[in-house]
Amino acid sequence: MSLRAAVAVRRGTLDLQLDVEVADGEVLAVLGPNGAGKSTLLRVLAGLLPPDGGSVVVDGEVWDGDGAHRPAHRRPLGMVFQDALLFPHLSVADNVAFGLRTRGTGKPAARRSADEWLTRVGLDGLGGRRPAELSGGQAQRAALARALVGQPALLLLDEPLSALDARTRLTVRAELRRHLAEFRGSTVLVTHDPVDAMALADRVVVVEEGRVVQAGTPQEIARRPRTDYVARLVGLALLPGTAEGRTVRVDGGGAVSVAEEATGAVFAAIRPESVALYLSRPDGSPRNVWPVTLVGATPHGATVRCDLAGEVPLVADVTATAFAELGLVVGGQVWAAVKASEVAVYER
Amino acid sequence: MSRTREGTRVPAPLLIPAAIGVLFLTLPLAGLLIRTPWSQLGTQLTAPGVGQALRLSLVSATLATGLSLLLGVPLAWVLARSRARGRTVLRALVTVPLMLPPVVGGVALFLVLGRQGIVGSWLDQAFGLTIPFTTTAVVIAETFVAMPFLVISVEGALRAADARFEDVAATLGAGRWTTFRRVTLPLVAPGIAAGAVLCWARALGEFGATITFAGNFPGTTQTMPLSVYLALQRDPDAAIVLSVLLLGVSLATLLLLRDRWLGRAGTA
Repeated sequence: MSLRAAVAVRRGTLDLQLDVEVADGEVLAVLGPNGAGKSTLLRVLAGLLPPDGGSVVVDGEVWDGDGAHRPAHRRPLGMVFQDALLFPHLSVADNVAFGLRTRGTGKPAARRSADEWLTRVGLDGLGGRRPAELSGGQAQRAALARALVGQPALLLLDEPLSALDARTRLTVRAELRRHLAEFRGSTVLVTHDPVDAMALADRVVVVEEGRVVQAGTPQEIARRPRTDYVARLVGLALLPGTAEGRTVRVDGGGAVSVAEEATGAVFAAIRPESVALYLSRPDGSPRNVWPVTLVGATPHGATVRCDLAGEVPLVADVTATAFAELGLVVGGQVWAAVKASEVAVYER
Repeated sequence: MSRTREGTRVPAPLLIPAAIGVLFLTLPLAGLLIRTPWSQLGTQLTAPGVGQALRLSLVSATLATGLSLLLGVPLAWVLARSRARGRTVLRALVTVPLMLPPVVGGVALFLVLGRQGIVGSWLDQAFGLTIPFTTTAVVIAETFVAMPFLVISVEGALRAADARFEDVAATLGAGRWTTFRRVTLPLVAPGIAAGAVLCWARALGEFGATITFAGNFPGTTQTMPLSVYLALQRDPDAAIVLSVLLLGVSLATLLLLRDRWLGRAGTA
């Protein structure tokens, strides 16, 4: 095990007690709602917040524990924040070289490594720009290069994709996945987006109110949710298939139109909230429309979760009012519609 | 466009006092310019002592600003970032010179640094140093009065700066000192510049503390404001000319630095 941490933090209403282990080359996603304590865990691992108890051990070295606390700047780690947080007064290349310079690398060597990494993340030739001149996706790529250039033992990702618009998120997510596959250290990814967790992580821990409520591979988590929160999270229909242009042929039969061009083995993920139900076939904007049968309905707070059988299996969340107005009954026929832009597609 | 104009039109109860305020602030300056004996300007400006006083003013205000930067920026950092208790008391103490009548400041400085003062007598005996009535005293008096302006301004900039950049720097291996030099300082540079200009302008105009603590000796402690005051007693025209000169220096500074910090503050 490369990272072994048992972290206890008590702060106001937050009572955090989390045990996590991450092997070399492994990506662990910490998935949970806002305020669950995910970011606090990352701050402890980074050394920005001394824990009230427990330990953090990386590659056999004690970073926290037994009264010892190694401050952030002495930990060989890289961290990517939600808003890239590139230093606005430095050029992009100087941002990437920053960590090398503070750790004693000479200027020319640091500059060479920075340029090399900018090329690797697809920002070739943009090193001379100011961060303000980059798009959101470019800034986040630069932030990733800045975190990885020092070959850290531990990579911490704090909601790295959530500040990006939907289109950019797809491409940056795919790139991030590639970089994580090449990264030899341990990675901890904090996110509230199950799609990020499923697409990027080897293992997932679900955190609610400061405790791990479920742990396992993304597939295990998706297959057998154990709390309401996880159920809601992974209630999204995850359709494995093969993409060709803007169409994904689902392995179990049927096809899904998507907004982004893709090829090869992919997942198409559809959120229950983005599935709309109609009594008659809807027309209009480019979307996926299927005739489906309602096979189950469970009240879920103010909404009703509808399990739908058809060409592709779907889950839809509709408001209780809409459910009543549609006169839905189990066994009844309805039309399900999903906008192509609402379907997330990512490499398998 | 008409909607925007409608939205930004100033209501009369605000407009009238605002207009009076503008007049109140600009009329005296206009009066000064109207009464200026432009024909005598050349002779007055080249009169003995004027250049001397101007040079002394500029040098001492600049030294006071330098000293304020050296001490005030670290102090502002402590006020803005430190979690230590007693911070609020410290901030109150630091801002006292802002509220204090400068003359009182001068008296206080005299009591501490004067030849009979607590620190002054020791300096005198140990090193043979006498501070009052020297150019050093001018710089100290100006620093005492002007530094709080810098501290307040820089502290505000530090509070407004995104502290997460300091976290980022730490995760990139930068210790606190490196972080301060390479991240915090550049981020608040506009605030420091603004504070330094305020501080310099305040030091340039310093009168009360200077005359009390440093006295009024031509060549060593007689700065421009002191010579304006003295001139007014014997030769009002000379006082006007000296005032216009100070006004010119202030305006020139403002214009020079406008793009550097006013422009930035204006667009932010």
